[in-house]
Amino acid sequence: MYKYDEIDQAIVNERVAQYRDQTRRYLAGELSDEEFRPLRLQNGLYIQRHAPMLRIAIPYGTLASYQLRKLAEITRRYDRGYGHFSTRQNLQLNWPRLEDTPDILAELATVQMHAIQTSGNCIRNITTDQFAGIAPDEIIDPRAVAEIMRQWSTFHPEFALLPRKFKIAVSGSQQDRALVQAHDIGLEFFYDADHKMAIKVWVGGGLGRTPILGTVINEQLEWQHVLTYCEAIIRVYNLHGRRDNSYKARIKILVKALGIDEFRRQVDAEWAHLKDGPNTITEAELERVAHHFTRMPYDTLPAHDASFDAAIASNPAFAAWVKRCVHAHREPGYRAVTLSLKPHGVAPGDATTEQMQVVADLADRYSFNELRVSHEQNLILTDVRLGDLYALWENARAHGLATPNIGLLTDIICCPGGDFCSLANAKSIPIAEAIQRQFDNLDYLHDIGDLELNISGCMNACGHHHIGHIGILGVDKDGSEWYQVTIGGKQGSDASLGTVIGPAFSADEMPGVVQRLIDVYIAQRSDEERFIDTVRRIGVAPFKEYVYADKAGKKEAAHV
Amino acid sequence: MSNATPKQLIHGNQIVADEWTLVKLPVLGEEVVRKQAGKVVLFKLTGEPGASAEQIAATEIPASGKVIVPLSVWLARKAELQERLAKGELGVWLATHEVVEALAADQADLNVFPLIAVFVERFADGRIFSIGNLLRTRHAYKNELRAFGDVLRDQLFFLKRCGYDSYLIRADRSAEDALAGLQDFTEPYQGAVDLAEPVWRRRQRNGATA
Ligand code: SF4
Repeated sequence: MYKYDEIDQAIVNERVAQYRDQTRRYLAGELSDEEFRPLRLQNGLYIQRHAPMLRIAIPYGTLASYQLRKLAEITRRYDRGYGHFSTRQNLQLNWPRLEDTPDILAELATVQMHAIQTSGNCIRNITTDQFAGIAPDEIIDPRAVAEIMRQWSTFHPEFALLPRKFKIAVSGSQQDRALVQAHDIGLEFFYDADHKMAIKVWVGGGLGRTPILGTVINEQLEWQHVLTYCEAIIRVYNLHGRRDNSYKARIKILVKALGIDEFRRQVDAEWAHLKDGPNTITEAELERVAHHFTRMPYDTLPAHDASFDAAIASNPAFAAWVKRCVHAHREPGYRAVTLSLKPHGVAPGDATTEQMQVVADLADRYSFNELRVSHEQNLILTDVRLGDLYALWENARAHGLATPNIGLLTDIICCPGGDFCSLANAKSIPIAEAIQRQFDNLDYLHDIGDLELNISGCMNACGHHHIGHIGILGVDKDGSEWYQVTIGGKQGSDASLGTVIGPAFSADEMPGVVQRLIDVYIAQRSDEERFIDTVRRIGVAPFKEYVYADKAGKKEAAHV
Repeated sequence: MSNATPKQLIHGNQIVADEWTLVKLPVLGEEVVRKQAGKVVLFKLTGEPGASAEQIAATEIPASGKVIVPLSVWLARKAELQERLAKGELGVWLATHEVVEALAADQADLNVFPLIAVFVERFADGRIFSIGNLLRTRHAYKNELRAFGDVLRDQLFFLKRCGYDSYLIRADRSAEDALAGLQDFTEPYQGAVDLAEPVWRRRQRNGATA
């Protein structure tokens, strides 16, 4: 992974000093709340319901074990012994003290980490596929360009105060796992006809209040130009994006207002001046950064391992875990492993100090001292030998990290919601927990099969509810908490946004509603069909009908 | 300028006296205040006209000394201002919702102006950065480029990188303090106006294939 040189280190150190002074001035009354706000936000600090929340950047989801140990230490020393992995591959602390945040950042700087631009109206942490570098369907490893873009976007002076937040995702695999179509800019890497690296550029995607999938603005951009091209896009946005209404300030609104053709024309006009300028990436720079992401020193292993096969045959619990949590690897004899942060009854994405330490140890022992964070809020060890899987499983299981539910209904993506977030309309964590309890039977869960259930506590859609096969959105009706349900959303190359099935439900009703959706699916599915396939085939109506059957009955009865 | 008022202008990395007089458009009648969800909207959308013909005509320009006039006044009253321009006494200012092209459209060489200033009503309005960049790069403007309005220490480093070299710090803040903001970072990553090249072109970096 990328290792800082003295230039990178100086930048994070200077940032700590800058932020320390800003915090001092704020506490001394020299900066108003309004003036301090963007400064703290651009360092990941929110003022939340109970305490500030600090969001720490995990660039494109890659962590070294020593960094995770530092995070563990921070959660113990400055927080309440746990942290929350977010849907944008960051780590959030729910209980730090504002006065401590400069010290936390100083601690992070010692392990080449920071909280730069994890919030605020600027270019945010760049996200990518958690299996980058090892996925069998990968065409191009996007991490080198992601790192080059991280550096370019860090304190980009022209884009320091955009109309609104700006999210970039990169992907280089056949199956998109980075949600490129749901970002302000999505970059999809591929090889062109001459086997040169090229990029398909999507713009104006995003969830939130006005969910919309991105539009292709450039079918084929040569990789050298990615920075200047993004500068052209963001400059047009910076100058012309709306600043009078924060709900209409995202780039997607500008793209819609102008139409993609006019937007593209303006971007091209800007780009004509920037193209081939100094920010054009050189081969040497790409090579320098790519050098940090070279192939791991894999052993030559046979494709099969007898002890592994035997364990699968004799231990159904292990077999179930392998089925859900172990993923293909491009090297023979290696696998990637997802450590589930979704044990039933715990807030999705939360990890305790101890669990972080355990995962760091597992990474050291089994996976070249590195791990990844996924936008599904789980942790991944990317390079585990087949022969080590059983020992890894036993160890992970002992620490509540081996729930065999990856990709299943209880692998819920869930934002912090009303328990923590001051923007929330409704709580989301208790809903996740109630659904996990409803579906606590593992055999049944496996029978239901692949299903993504996403929960957001408000329109901001941090829980990506629009692209959940089942999406749940907290809404406020006359001051009480209600939940609107969508089905048919999907991430990936064939992404789609879910359709609202009808009026919202109370919290108590939610497990039953999900149960009914599943009942319809089980009754209607043909072989091999996943929930999402059934929804796409038969449409929303049969689900809607069954879910609301009772309600309609009650209403009619009431009318009599 | 009286010695009693502290100097608020930073130019050339030091605090200096301001020789320029800012000319503002007169306020005529009621200003329209739009509201959004209970908040007063302070941002004007890009490209909105900056002034009415009436306001432009009513703008009083001091007869002597260095003056900075609004873009709209310059565009409408160019003829009468030529003499001042020739004497090096005329600067132009624009607000962040005005477009640079309006200034550059019939004035191919912006270097006729000894000073161009950009007014930022709220510090969070990042259009000021792109405007600075466009003036310096697209329009090759070389003379003093000033930011004024809600200009605060914590944005100075960005302003500097976007081509500003002159900052009129908001009256209630210390310019002395703000000076430090220009030094927040020693070696920024990306190429911008002040350092056109990204760090990997400026410096030999670890692991580069030399
Ligand atoms: S979706 Fe809403 S409630 Fe949930 S974390 Fe985001 S802003 Fe908060």
